Order: sequence, then structure tokens, then C-alpha cells
Amino acid sequence: MKIVTCVNHVPDTEAKIKIASDGKSVDTSGLNFILSPYDEIAVEQGLRLKEKFGGEVVAVSVGPDANKETLRKALAMGADKAVLIKTNNLCDSFVVAEALKNYLKEINPDIVLFGKQSIDYDNAQVPSLVAEMLNLPSVTTVVKMDFENNQIICEREIEGGHEKVVSQLPIIISVQKGLCEPRYPTLKGIMASKSKPIEEKNYNLPEHKVEIVALRLPPSKSAGKIVGTDVSAVKELVRLLHEEAKVI
Amino acid sequence: MKILAFAEQREGKFKKTAYEVVTAAIELSNQLGAEVFALVIGKNVSGIASDIGGFGVNRVIAVDRDDLEYYSTTAYTKIVAEIASREKAEVLLFAASQMGKDLAPRVAIKLDAGLASDCTALKVENGNIVATRPIFAGKIISDVIIKSNIKVFTLRPNVFTAGSNNGQKAQVENVTINLSEGDFIARVVETKVGVGRPDVTEASIIVSGGRGMKAPENFKLIEELADVLGAGVGASRAAVDAGWRPHDEQVGQTGKTVSPNLYIACGISGAIQHLAGMSSSKCIVAINKDKDAPIFQIADYGIVGDALEILPELTKEIKMILGK
Ligand SMILES: Cc1cc2nc3c(=O)[nH]c(=O)nc-3n(C[C@H](O)[C@H](O)[C@H](O)COP(=O)(O)OP(=O)(O)OC[C@H]3O[C@@H](n4cnc5c(N)ncnc54)[C@H](O)[C@@H]3O)c2cc1C
Ligand SMILES: Nc1ncnc2c1ncn2[C@@H]1O[C@H](COP(=O)(O)O)[C@@H](O)[C@H]1O
Repeated sequence: MKIVTCVNHVPDTEAKIKIASDGKSVDTSGLNFILSPYDEIAVEQGLRLKEKFGGEVVAVSVGPDANKETLRKALAMGADKAVLIKTNNLCDSFVVAEALKNYLKEINPDIVLFGKQSIDYDNAQVPSLVAEMLNLPSVTTVVKMDFENNQIICEREIEGGHEKVVSQLPIIISVQKGLCEPRYPTLKGIMASKSKPIEEKNYNLPEHKVEIVALRLPPSKSAGKIVGTDVSAVKELVRLLHEEAKVI
Repeated sequence: MKILAFAEQREGKFKKTAYEVVTAAIELSNQLGAEVFALVIGKNVSGIASDIGGFGVNRVIAVDRDDLEYYSTTAYTKIVAEIASREKAEVLLFAASQMGKDLAPRVAIKLDAGLASDCTALKVENGNIVATRPIFAGKIISDVIIKSNIKVFTLRPNVFTAGSNNGQKAQVENVTINLSEGDFIARVVETKVGVGRPDVTEASIIVSGGRGMKAPENFKLIEELADVLGAGVGASRAAVDAGWRPHDEQVGQTGKTVSPNLYIACGISGAIQHLAGMSSSKCIVAINKDKDAPIFQIADYGIVGDALEILPELTKEIKMILGK
């Protein structure tokens, strides 16, 4: 099975995000970057498919040289090969999707695994954009995956439940937490990743479709009222919720 | 100019987000001087279609087919894109629900449109639609514009308020779209929806528990309060990772983003990744033994105390006030 996992390089979840002086971009200096958590699940799932069906796992990232760090992480987990599609600037989802489309067209994988969402710009768009560009079926936010008679059977999350989806391959999948637990790279994996090659690709990419015009901090919230320190406070709390906040 | 409001339904019932989307479309149309129509897709939907008129839209297009009993990414994409093209819609609004988030990007590609997802506000400035979207899990708020002629937006559930239903009926136009086997290439064969509590992304009240609940069986106390309030049940990652609660209840940066009217956090410390998923809740209540827990910094009301003792009392007291 030819498996591709698309991985993004994002600030870690503890990061304090600062707005740059232009007021519309993020100052990334001093930030610690990680392999986006959902993409880690995608890599894990890719490795499990390879372990079961054979084949190879390619990790792909779109961005500047810095993304190589994240590709190395995927290699250390066990991916066979890594590809960096080079861009200089921050790209919108449409540009990222176009870049991935170009690469995927060259190699024709059986399955492309994405995270459901990058935890930086929280778009949750790229997998479906790529699927439509390639005219392939897609299933997003997958929490369960099986194969039967050359078909893939997935469960995807919907509000309050699941949808069971059956499809042919090739297919685009975005994964949700719960599908599998990502492994930690072993020391051997980390050593091996250092000698695995990272191929670089360049494509002519289109203009952005979506433009950030301003960034700001969310309105800060001041600490509220401590109603009490034991069960005797419950009555007052309920009164406040009912009469003051009017939420019950 | 025309605005298409995608009115999501499942099992023959409009979702609450459908009303939110339609109301947002009407507000936008007032600012842009545009026309609004709603689109509803599914099996046996012609009957309910006109009800959307109660939220101020006069015209609704219904695509009603037996083979649309379940949501289908590719078939829905084709239908929405075809209707949007025929109608020359320039703005398309969807809910940022599991269906809307799955569908909107594909429709955007078909229409060569740009897409801003999970928006929390839309406003018109100098003729441009400026969309507000939280990024970095709400640590930063961005304003974005879409540069293509056709623009697609998905709206975060529970943030846009739905107008109240005035009982008016919309004019229903049943439209036929040719679909072939190939349009159902990935096929939903079954949906399993739990009965009872609402999903955290849709609930207007959430009762959430963390490691401070001490043991999985203590979540019964959370569930009892939730049921009295008609609330959803949420959990911190610590509670999920411990195997106490299912993944789909996790709230936070690697869980669900929620904006209920009331969020009650019990035995949750308030780690930055948890706050990321719930800090936009309108009213936050924290119950925690530790007065220095960070959750108190964003809570509107707090009780410093043992959740296991406080929850039963709280349930009792709320039952009383609700007359249950
Ligand atoms: C990449 C990454 C992603 C993450 N994503 C998420 C996410 O999406 N969602 C999420 O929630 N976390 C997430 N986390 C984890 C997060 O950092 C915290 O570890 C987690 O939120 C802690 O859960 P908790 O508050 O239940 O547990 P703890 O931090 O252990 O807090 C338990 C709290 O309960 C209180 N307590 C104890 N006993 C009682 C009692 N009897 N009554 C009342 N209070 C009591 C304690 O005072 C304490 O404040 C993520 C972490 C990482 C690294
Ligand atoms: N720059 C990128 N390079 C590679 N994959 C990406 C990139 N950005 C997003 N993706 C993939 O698309 C998924 C959804 O991302 P997004 O639409 O940006 O929220 C991510 O989880 C990744 O799998």
C-alpha cells in the first residue's frame, strides 16, 4: 500500500502567541514547534497500515526549511521517506492544498492521511480541498478504520454519534483523536531518521484566496466571584446563575 | 447579489445551526443589499423545508431524493455547487458542523471560491465581508477577507444567535439534480447516534469533569446534573486519557471547541489546552478544591470545594429551581 501522511509544523500547545509589529502576522521568534498533534495520529495510522499491508509511508510537509524538523519527527516514528514542498511565506489552505495536489498527482498513493485540523490556524480545510482538487473520495474526522474486500470502512464523528462510510481506494482521510495512540520514536528510530533523505520539491503556486487583515488578542476576562468554599455556597450559586447570569 | 444559506437537517429535522445560519445570512443581506435563499438537501425534506421561513427567509430550495437519506460528501458537494452556480450565489454560508466542515471546502473548490472556516462574526466594511475567526485555539483572533468573487464561510455553532421563529412559511422550490452512482463513491451506510444528551458542540449547557472527579463512577454525579439541565457532558483530556470518558467528550485544543451559554467545570485545573476549547463560553462555573487553580481565573462563578460533595447538592438545588 502506498501511504502518504501530510504533516504540519506548528507552535506547541503551551506557546504564548505574539502578534508581530505589522499587526497581521504572528511573531514566531522564540516559539517551540511540534508535529501537529492530529498529524501525529495520521503518521501512526500510516505506520500501522504499512505494518499490516506492507508498502511505504511518505511524510509530506509544505512550508519553509524549518518544517524539516517535523518531517524528521515523522521519520523517527518510522516513516520511510520525507518530502518538503518548499514555500517561503505563510500559505493559506488553498496554496497548501495546491502544493499537495501537485505532489500527490506525481506519485498516485492509495491512501493519503491528514490530521483533521492544524492546531495553528485551525482551518480544518486542507484534506477536503485536496480531495476535491484530485476528484477523490474523502472521509474526514475518522475515528475507526477497517478494510474489507478492497474497500475501506471508516467511522467518522458526527454530533452525538458516528457515521459509517464505505469507499473504494484511493482515498483521502482526515483523522480524529481516538483512532489510535501515536507511538514515541525509539532511539533507534531517531538515529535512523538522521540518515533518511528529505526530498525537496518546488511548484508554481497560486495567489492566496484568503487574506488576514488584522490580528488581535481576545478580550481578557477578569476572574469572577468565589461564591463560597463548601456545599453551603450552592444555594447562592444557583441563585446567581438563575437571576444574575440568567443561564438556567 | 445572492446569499445561499445551507440549512442543515438530519433525519428530517433542521439542526439548530440551520436557524443560526439563516439568521446570519439575513443580517448579512441587510448590510449588503442582497437576496437570501435557503437550501435543504435530504430524503423527505420537502415537507419541513417551508418551516425555515419562520426565521425570515422567503425562499427555500429543496433537493429531495430517496438516495439522500444519509449525508454523502460528493453528492452533496455536487448539489450545492450546482444550485449555487444556477442561482449565481456569491456568498455561501454553512454551519461549522461536522457536515458543514466536510462539505464547504469541496464546494469552494468546485466554485473556485475562497473559504473562511469556523467564523465567530461576519461584518461588512467598505463592501467587503470581514470574517472573524479565532486561531491558535482562541489565543488570537483574526480578521480575514476572501479575495475571490465567490465566498464561502462556515459559522461556529452556538455563537450566532438564531432569530425567533415567527411561524411564517417559506416558498419551497423542489429542484431536481442528476446524480449518478459515481456521485456516491464514498457511501454512508449507517449512522449511529446516541440518544439522550446533546453533543458538546451543540449543547447550550455543558457539565464537564476532570481528574478531580477521582474515578470513572463519579461521573454519574456529572451526568445527573447534566440530565437535570438538558446539558451535554464534557471531559478534560486527563479524564479521557485515563479511560474514564470517551474521546468525543474531550474539550480543548485537541478536543472539541465549545461555546455554550453555561460551562460547569468540575475538578478541572484549567490547563491552557483545556481553556483553549472552552474559554469562549458565555458563563463559566468552576468547582475545584484548589483556590489557586487557573480555571478560577476565567470562571464567572466559583466554589472552592470538593466536587464530589458539591455536585449532588447542586443537582438538588437546580431541580428545585426548575421545578423538576
Ligand atoms: C499537545 C497537548 C494537547 C492537549 N489537549 C488537551 C485538550 O484538548 N483538553 C484538555 O482538557 N487537556 C489537554 N491537554 C492536557 C492539559 O495540559 C492538562 O493536562 C489537562 O487538561 C488536565 O486535566 P484535568 O484538569 O482534569 O487534570 P489536573 O490538571 O490533574 O487537575 C485536576 C484538578 O482537580 C482538582 N481536584 C482534585 N480533587 C478534587 C475534588 N474532589 N473536587 C474538586 N476539585 C478537585 C485539583 O485541584 C486540580 O485542579 C493537552 C496537553 C498537550 C501537551
Ligand atoms: N503546510 C502543510 N503541510 C503539510 N500538510 C498540511 C499543511 N497544512 C495542513 N496540512 C494537513 O492538513 C490537515 C488539516 O489542516 P488545516 O486545514 O490547515 O487545519 C493537517 O492536519 C495536515 O495533515
